[in-house]
Amino acid sequence: MQFPDDRRYTHTHEWARQDGALVRVGITSFAAEQLGDIIFLDLPDPGTRVDGGAAFGEIESVKAVSDLLAPVGGEVREVNEPLMDDLDLVADDPWEGAWMIAIAPDDPAQLDALLDAQAYAQHCAEEA
Amino acid sequence: MTEPTLFDISQPGKRCTRMPAADVPAPALVDVVPAEHLRAEPPALPEVTEPEIARHYARLAAQNFDVDRHFYPLGSCTMKYNPKVHEAIAAAAGWARLHPATPAEHVRGALRLIRDVEGWLAEILGMAAVSLQPPAGAAGEFTCLRIFRAWHDARGDTGRTRVIVPDTAHGTNPASVARCGWTVTVLESGPDGRVSTGTLAEALGDDVAAMMLTNPNTLGLFETNVLEIAAMVHDAGALMYCDGANLNALLGRARPGDMGFDAVQVNLHKTFATPHGGGGPGAGPVGVTAALEPFLPIPRVVERDGALAWDHDRPASIGKVQAWFGNFLVAVRAWAYIRANGADGLRRVTEDAVLAANYVRAALEGAFDLPYDGACMHECVLSAKTPTQETGVRAAEIAKALLDHDIHPPTMYFPLIVDEALMIEPTETESKRVLDRFIAVMLEIARAAREQPEALHDAPTRTPVRRVDEVTAARQPFLRWRPE
Amino acid sequence: MAYVPHSDRDRAEMLAALGLESIEELFATIPASLGATATPVLPEPLSEMELLAEADRLAAENRCLDELVCFAGGGIYDRFIPAIVTSVISRPEFVTPYTPYQPEASQGTLQAMFEYQTMVCELTGMDVANASLYDGATALAEAVLMATGATGRHRALLSGALPPAARAATRTACEAGGVEVVDVPWDDETGRTDLDRLAEMLGGDVACVALGQPNGFGVIEEMSAAARLVHDAGALLIAMVEPISLGVLAPPGKCGADIVVGEGQPLGLPPGFGGPLLGLFACREEFLRQMPGRMVGRTVDAEGATAYCLTLQTREQHIRRGRATSNICTNESLCALAAAVYLAALGPQGLREVATLSVHKAHYLRDLLAEAGVAQRFNEPFLSEFVVRVDGPAEEAVADLCAQGYLVGPALGRDYPELEDCLLLAATERRTRAQIEGLAAAMGR
Repeated sequence: MQFPDDRRYTHTHEWARQDGALVRVGITSFAAEQLGDIIFLDLPDPGTRVDGGAAFGEIESVKAVSDLLAPVGGEVREVNEPLMDDLDLVADDPWEGAWMIAIAPDDPAQLDALLDAQAYAQHCAEEA
Repeated sequence: MTEPTLFDISQPGKRCTRMPAADVPAPALVDVVPAEHLRAEPPALPEVTEPEIARHYARLAAQNFDVDRHFYPLGSCTMKYNPKVHEAIAAAAGWARLHPATPAEHVRGALRLIRDVEGWLAEILGMAAVSLQPPAGAAGEFTCLRIFRAWHDARGDTGRTRVIVPDTAHGTNPASVARCGWTVTVLESGPDGRVSTGTLAEALGDDVAAMMLTNPNTLGLFETNVLEIAAMVHDAGALMYCDGANLNALLGRARPGDMGFDAVQVNLHKTFATPHGGGGPGAGPVGVTAALEPFLPIPRVVERDGALAWDHDRPASIGKVQAWFGNFLVAVRAWAYIRANGADGLRRVTEDAVLAANYVRAALEGAFDLPYDGACMHECVLSAKTPTQETGVRAAEIAKALLDHDIHPPTMYFPLIVDEALMIEPTETESKRVLDRFIAVMLEIARAAREQPEALHDAPTRTPVRRVDEVTAARQPFLRWRPE
Repeated sequence: MAYVPHSDRDRAEMLAALGLESIEELFATIPASLGATATPVLPEPLSEMELLAEADRLAAENRCLDELVCFAGGGIYDRFIPAIVTSVISRPEFVTPYTPYQPEASQGTLQAMFEYQTMVCELTGMDVANASLYDGATALAEAVLMATGATGRHRALLSGALPPAARAATRTACEAGGVEVVDVPWDDETGRTDLDRLAEMLGGDVACVALGQPNGFGVIEEMSAAARLVHDAGALLIAMVEPISLGVLAPPGKCGADIVVGEGQPLGLPPGFGGPLLGLFACREEFLRQMPGRMVGRTVDAEGATAYCLTLQTREQHIRRGRATSNICTNESLCALAAAVYLAALGPQGLREVATLSVHKAHYLRDLLAEAGVAQRFNEPFLSEFVVRVDGPAEEAVADLCAQGYLVGPALGRDYPELEDCLLLAATERRTRAQIEGLAAAMGR
């Protein structure tokens, strides 16, 4: 398994990418494949505070529901509204089009504590 | 072929049931009820005739799988045959046309029946007292936890907030815990698929209110250490709840009360052969120890001056969990079942249910994976993990393929700790011929998965509809008929 | 051995296939001490013929509504059930299946529930309905829990004029989870919820207010006025309805209700000594994802044909577990089917006739009783159920009248000490002029 090395990863299959002053967050292709067809996405409103490691939303497939965990703590600044109307993007374009929220991090260094692409690939191999 | 809805065939002015003319003064409605409270337009109900209704539902009925026509080995649901005499008895006016507000002295037969079923269930469960009031299994489960909470509160022991629930538990367990204002501590199962006393010891503490245990558990395995588990939980000051979904494995063999449980819920629609109704009505009576009896829902049937009567005056009671006395007509059917079987008959029920599950398990464990070795109780959990890895055919597709053989699929993807789980509960009411055919079909599907996996991706092909698009249904909820 | 099909030879062959000598080996994981005490003491088994005789013997100790002339109310009514209802719900294809989790094997139940949901929406004026809950009382409890979830508030105001059992069941279901359940007083003259007091009680912590329509005294509430108060406080309005009345009454959806619940027994179910019943549940679309219970949706199959399936299951306990919208698993599907067949058989015109006949008969009874000196307790408009005051404890009046062949009540004193001399009376379409005149004569002073 290979993953983009322009971003960091969590053990719970979210990705986080530095984007100027913000950290953009989505879920990985591995997670999207495990979930199957997505039927519903519950994302926070801009301005919401999230803690690193805590749930910022939920993602549902027909027969499963999973928390979305914030890779870093901070304030939600942007939410990908178009994604809500085109949930197939989660599977079709997980790395770009299916970003979910952008967080203004309390501490940008939090990103460094996450997995890099290689470590995440190894984590996925163990889970599979 | 698609059956139109009643709304599609509705035409203005068509009628089925008519009411007679009024035989009392009949003023205009607005003279009796202020116009502001009256509806401006009639509800847009279907306007259809009796022959159209009869045919509509006959055609819909033909699109269902049902226990009379189909083997239905749905694990944890105990889809046994529903005796016809139950329906005849429950339909009799002397039961069906009883009004619950009738004074007790005019419904002595009904009170006697409730008292008898409660007493017999107490015998079967090894509990001191039983209430028939909870209308379903999940309601019974909540009733037990609510009683636990009342018991702790009555002792001033209000610091307990956690409930220990094994990772194999039914989803209702954690949902009922949440309703009690408590949180769940999930207990990881041991390598043998059972609760590990070591893991339990770590999870216990003086903030634990209860442990919920299904026995046999949802892997179909008896929790052999149940006596030790109960002792540990009680030593920690907590109470033991038994999820009685799997009582069909225990009749005459082991009683939850003797295992150390403080409360148990049973499903009359499983073990006691009352029909499932396409999702209800069921009934979820609860049994409790003597210490918990004061907390049972009101009213209770009691003996007063030599006659049966209702007792509403029970200050410690948790209150009500159904409007009246529970799903009484379901209890009538269970009364008939227990009366027809007796103790020996019930013991035979369990023996044959366990024998059937093991017969199926042994025949299929070569073609599928058996995640936990050894004999099972009334149901066996297999895994399609190896076929999935080798052929890409998943448990869900095996299930759909069974439909083409006129067999209802087993429960799938549960318990959650087994990959590609297939949970098979044959029950005691299926003949050996039926079991042998099921085994042959399962082996044939396993072979087809290896040889022609793509064929299974299209299953089912012989059902009234092909594979149903549940994704679209959930993404764009279409929950009521509207004119095109 | 009543319903097991195995012969001794079958059993022997199955044991042999397992390589076992005895069935006991399959129970080896059960500690021996448990087995020793496990045989229940039960009566000897009966043959089918004996069983029927025994059931008849017990039933003969009951006086059912074939023997008593029923003027009782309180949520359960003696209504006419068309034969088509009984016929449809007796079909094994509807009686015996499980919940329709396998849509390809359950289109019949699924489509019937889809149609039922539509009918409940039409009756109540709401956007969405579920495929039923246990009964009206627990449906009210579920509505309160849903409202607390949707608003994030933890106080529920229940009209004191709601049926007592519904209030009790709501307390039991909600209070342990941290919801404070408070009664709103009713007006002693009108029998309606006291909206002035309600206005005082509303605050930023109130999740919902629940009113009966008609209420537990049979009185018609000022639903629209209540809705304005409730919504001004940011709370949700729950209406608990009697479904037959919706043949003539304005639907709660038109009066500002956010959630509608009700006891569906009058829609084709026998009284059944109080169960099984039918919990009606409907709400506005914005609360769809907070709804408890099962819902059926229309979709397509792999070939594009219309098909139905359970949907939005991620709300439910088997998926969301501890965070589900409810712990409910089983519902009352067969009872919902009965209601759907009943409503189809009656249609809009028939339902109106049933409701109107009941109104006329109840008002005729009220008028005869007034002439006979038995006064109506409350002075606000009612439909087919009302409260009267009798001489002395109402419990005794209920017992006396029962001895004369009339079932009335329930007496209200147990739940309302101030109404100890009051009881409920209801008239349905089944009551004849002669029966009404008979009761009036029996109750007259």
